[in-house]
Amino acid sequence: MNFVAWQMLTGDRAKYLGLIFAIAFSTFLMSHQVSIFCGLMNRTRSQITDVRDASVWVMDAKTQYLDEVKALTDQDLFRVRGVKGVEWAVPLFKGTSRAKGADGKFRGVILMGLDDSTLVGAPRKVILGSWAELRGPETIAIDQTGYKFFFPDQPLELGRQLDLNDHQVRIVAIVDSEAPFVNLPVFYTRYTQAITFVGRERNQMSFVLVKPQAGLSDGEITKRITAATGLKASTSLDFGWETIWYYIKNTGIPINFGITVAIALIVGTVVAGQTFYLFTVENLKQFGALKAIGVTNGRIVGMILMQAVIVGAVGYALGITMTALFFDLTQNNLDLRGFRLLPEIMMGTAAAVFLIVLMASIVSVRRVIVLEPAVVFRG
Amino acid sequence: MQSKAVVCKNLRKDFGKGEDAVKVLRGVDFQVNYGEMTFLVGPSGCGKTTLLSVVAGLLNPTAGDLAVLDADIAKLHSSEAVLFRRKNLGFVFQQFNLLPALTAAENAAVPLLAAGWSRKPAVEKAVVLLRDLGLGERAHAKPNQLSGGQQQRVAFARALIHEPRLLVCDEPTSALDAETGHHVMELLRKSAVRADRAVLVVTHDSRIYNFADRIAYMNDGLITRIEEQQNAA
Repeated sequence: MNFVAWQMLTGDRAKYLGLIFAIAFSTFLMSHQVSIFCGLMNRTRSQITDVRDASVWVMDAKTQYLDEVKALTDQDLFRVRGVKGVEWAVPLFKGTSRAKGADGKFRGVILMGLDDSTLVGAPRKVILGSWAELRGPETIAIDQTGYKFFFPDQPLELGRQLDLNDHQVRIVAIVDSEAPFVNLPVFYTRYTQAITFVGRERNQMSFVLVKPQAGLSDGEITKRITAATGLKASTSLDFGWETIWYYIKNTGIPINFGITVAIALIVGTVVAGQTFYLFTVENLKQFGALKAIGVTNGRIVGMILMQAVIVGAVGYALGITMTALFFDLTQNNLDLRGFRLLPEIMMGTAAAVFLIVLMASIVSVRRVIVLEPAVVFRG
Repeated sequence: MQSKAVVCKNLRKDFGKGEDAVKVLRGVDFQVNYGEMTFLVGPSGCGKTTLLSVVAGLLNPTAGDLAVLDADIAKLHSSEAVLFRRKNLGFVFQQFNLLPALTAAENAAVPLLAAGWSRKPAVEKAVVLLRDLGLGERAHAKPNQLSGGQQQRVAFARALIHEPRLLVCDEPTSALDAETGHHVMELLRKSAVRADRAVLVVTHDSRIYNFADRIAYMNDGLITRIEEQQNAA
């Protein structure tokens, strides 16, 4: 009877395609929006994940997330260095400034000040130039997106100059860093230069980056630093998640994306459910005939569920392919950096599609189960 | 004396309960013999279809005795009734009720598929049967590519393919013109009536009464007269 179920499903081409596309677009919308949401949330911790050399971040005890910090004192740095088990600890500056291009176009920028001697905190991938050049005066490294903003449609070229808070700075490296949450250009320079560029305040140190000694876990060193200094110390992973949760709790982003995903779920369920129900109702006499002939309720339910599973599987495959294609085709778009379809999202969407087809078929199943086979004798 | 395929005694069927109950069958006494084609005739609303549904095990009687192929079908559990129908009964419906997505042969093979046959042998058997019914060349056509008479022949094939002992037909000619209806009934009589099988036909088409061995006249929920015909067409 599986063959009969398959033929019944595909025989009505218009309804079959309608069901497939309802599921496919729901799948696309859900997986696409969740991917964008996850990508956005991941961007909130991009400057944390860019730092590969140090695994522990030390900050003011009241710091909640990456982008809002109270500066530490030089004394704090020395105290951290004094904690037993710290291999090394270096300062990191994170702030914002304003830069102006040669054409007068200006924009706020994220300015990262790396430890002068070690340059800890620099992204790994250099597209053009070298980190060593950063040791020269009034020099910066710029991320690729920032370069494209200040020098649109121009080839990547070193030596170009920008006005950074009344300082003429020279680009000595172009780097591929993780996309930030706010799509601002990211400048990297030495710690002491960064302080010069933004103007001297009493305290400037945003974070202290720490590497524990070999054999000591990140978790253990964070406890020791907090106990010894009263400062907050987090592993990169924990601090990243704290930042993500801050944005989830304190912005409307998850609600907006949640609404879109919920609408996709509801529309998918309603359209698929209605089409599937209509499909069943139009075949009610045939189902009645099958029941009269001697096909059991269980077998008919099995036929309907098989039809639902086929529709769900084909629609899901189509929708998830659309999403994958979208991210594949846009992977080189700088504005869409960091957005990708994760396996977890594929699995979650599959579960949602399963829910859609289950709900869509439940109404149809009920209608067929309560159907009296004697209906076939009523003209 | 011929053995009985169906025996109804004082058979009653009500729809609803209490004072609002509609008494559709009000004590039917009726028999269907093996080797015969029995017609159940009467005006619309007299209870013919309800009686057919009860005899076919699709509805349970409210009261009375009913034996179908020596089984007390009313007392069977619903799952047993389904298996009983699958094995012993063939159905011909007024509107044919063919599955539009299946070919003629696949439609005819449905009872075998329901009984667990795999597709290939079931369809092969259906093609042979359709050939016997004069539809061999149209075996792979879809129902919407067939005329009404051809669709009814597919329905006959579906009703006969599993060689049931009781064939129940509901208005088999009502959707057909007179000439086609006549041909269809000739074919039904030729292919379905056998010594070990009974055929029960509900109809109000008086043009085909001459195909019946016996005609049971029904009115207002009762069998009012039974007429035997010695020279059925």
